[in-house]
Amino acid sequence: MTAAPVEPSTDGEVALSVRDLHTAVGGRRGSLRLVRGVGFDLHRGRTLALVGESGSGKSVTALSIAGLLPAGVRVTGGQVLLDGQDVVRWTEGRRRALRGGTVGMVYQDPMTALNPVMRVGSQVAEGLRAHGWDRAAGRRRTLEVLDEVGLPTPGALARLYPHQLSGGMRQRVLIACALAPRPRVLIADEPTTALDVTIAQQILDLVTDLRDEYGLAVLWITHDLGVVARIAESTAVMYAGRIVERGRTADLFARPSHPYTQGLLRSVPAADQPHQGLLPQIGGTPVSPATLPGGCPFRTRCPQQVERCADQEPPLLRRGPAEAACWVPPEDWRPVGAAEVRHG
Amino acid sequence: MTWRWAGARLGGAVLTLFGVTIVVFVVLRAIPGDAITSSLGIESGTLTPAQTQALTLYYGLDKPWYVQFFAWVGQVLRGNLGVSLTSGNTVGSLIGAALPVTVELAVLAAIIGTVIGVLLGTLAGSGPGRARDGVTQGVGLLGLAVPEFVLGILMVAFLAARFDYFPDTSTFVPITTSFSANMSQMLYPALVLAVGFAANVMRTTRSEYVEVAQADFVRTARGKGLAPGRIRFAHILRNAGIPILTVTGIQFGYLLGGTVIIEQIFALPGLGRLLFTAITNHDYPIVQSSVLVVAVAFVLVNLLVDLAYRAVDPRVRQA
Repeated sequence: MTAAPVEPSTDGEVALSVRDLHTAVGGRRGSLRLVRGVGFDLHRGRTLALVGESGSGKSVTALSIAGLLPAGVRVTGGQVLLDGQDVVRWTEGRRRALRGGTVGMVYQDPMTALNPVMRVGSQVAEGLRAHGWDRAAGRRRTLEVLDEVGLPTPGALARLYPHQLSGGMRQRVLIACALAPRPRVLIADEPTTALDVTIAQQILDLVTDLRDEYGLAVLWITHDLGVVARIAESTAVMYAGRIVERGRTADLFARPSHPYTQGLLRSVPAADQPHQGLLPQIGGTPVSPATLPGGCPFRTRCPQQVERCADQEPPLLRRGPAEAACWVPPEDWRPVGAAEVRHG
Repeated sequence: MTWRWAGARLGGAVLTLFGVTIVVFVVLRAIPGDAITSSLGIESGTLTPAQTQALTLYYGLDKPWYVQFFAWVGQVLRGNLGVSLTSGNTVGSLIGAALPVTVELAVLAAIIGTVIGVLLGTLAGSGPGRARDGVTQGVGLLGLAVPEFVLGILMVAFLAARFDYFPDTSTFVPITTSFSANMSQMLYPALVLAVGFAANVMRTTRSEYVEVAQADFVRTARGKGLAPGRIRFAHILRNAGIPILTVTGIQFGYLLGGTVIIEQIFALPGLGRLLFTAITNHDYPIVQSSVLVVAVAFVLVNLLVDLAYRAVDPRVRQA
């Protein structure tokens, strides 16, 4: 049933591979499935964007990979492969060496992601100490990495506390924390959402530069399609805990296959042409893990649904240049006009 | 910036103390009986009017209350706390002998209480909803609910029945003379005082720990692959430490004035006991000065806590 998987970006060796990942939050009265069979490869020197709206499971996917799931949430199936080894089954001690050491994380809100009562230099250095660097080497590396992320006078800056820095500078410190132990994979969970547009731009450029310098494989989680187009070679779109479409970013933006992706792209205002009336939006509300309908989870909001959508959830199938999880045959795709887009 | 802050805090402290002196002075005058009846007891009834007149002049009781008040405050500022009406010793020497006992007791209780409270609070807070959380919270509630006079009496009874140990009432041994002899007198009352102290510290530590453990920067710390102990102490407790410090400071202040009962039970010659005896004897100068000393200590402790905030929290240093 599943078609041969398309490798959207075959350039660069695979640094980390996620296979059929399932994550659930367990309650006494049954569990809720937050991530339902997500899979992708991260390549050295490339960025994969994981796109979706709030509650689509993109952050839970990232936390599952890093082993940072909050209490009560656990990986219930699938693999996270690193050098051919499945880290999901590792003991907590081994996973700890992985966190920070091999997989670095950058977080959404730089205002709260740094410890307010610890000097920023110490916050970078403690990660190095945890991964076997001695004090002197850790200090040298701390100053070096603070310089690499573009912070001025690293020696003086290392002695400051987070509240003495701007939001953009704090995000640079967090990036320095993540990159100091020279990880191979960087997971960025909406790191520009809380920043001004100009500062966000600088951070995007910085991460891309550092990615090329370090040969990092980057997983960039976002709901901002503008960001995706700028930085990611390939894109995976998530809806209701699954990837509904994935492919090269350029192809996906030019010819979106899944009705959800089409809806998302239509709702982005074009900067180069004046827009009249309301911006198109996807009707209805996103489904939650507690209220998943049978069949395709998007069918309740889908303008193109066919009979089969209610019976069976579609797997990822080759659709044109990419893969999409949709039953509507490609030859039946209609270019969706404004009339079909429901205005809220 | 720092000087302005220090000046404001100091000015506040002086105002507080002035308020305390007024309250103490007024309350004592409101109690029936005066210096003459308290120093002579029922014999004051046999005094001739002329003798009463002479004593009234001697104690300055003929002057208006505000003159008496400022005369007393003036003397205090010059370091003269007056003379005990019952024993004739200077109040300064009496308080000088009693204060170290109470301070040692309070410090000992505070140390024990803080260590136990923070440990239990961390234990409970790191597993909210688990069995160890419930047990710790239950014990803590018990510690808060049982009054210290009950615990103190139980402790004395237990020590006597089990170990044939009785508090040594004859002579108090200062810590400078013999550490072990001093501890044998101080440790048990300090333990009793530490129970309530620990319970309060534990409750604050637990709730703060639970809250801070959910902060984003704790997730960042976990994401760096730090060891659990490092996350617990350098990140969670370090941030929870600020409210814990507040509770510890307030509690310590209460301890300084709250050792009255425990000093009675364990027959310790501290400030509480001095105060208790002085109140029963209407020994105004001692009561006034003791309460003043406790108030000064309370204000000093608060100043220290404020200073400690600045050491723990860099954001306060900036403001």
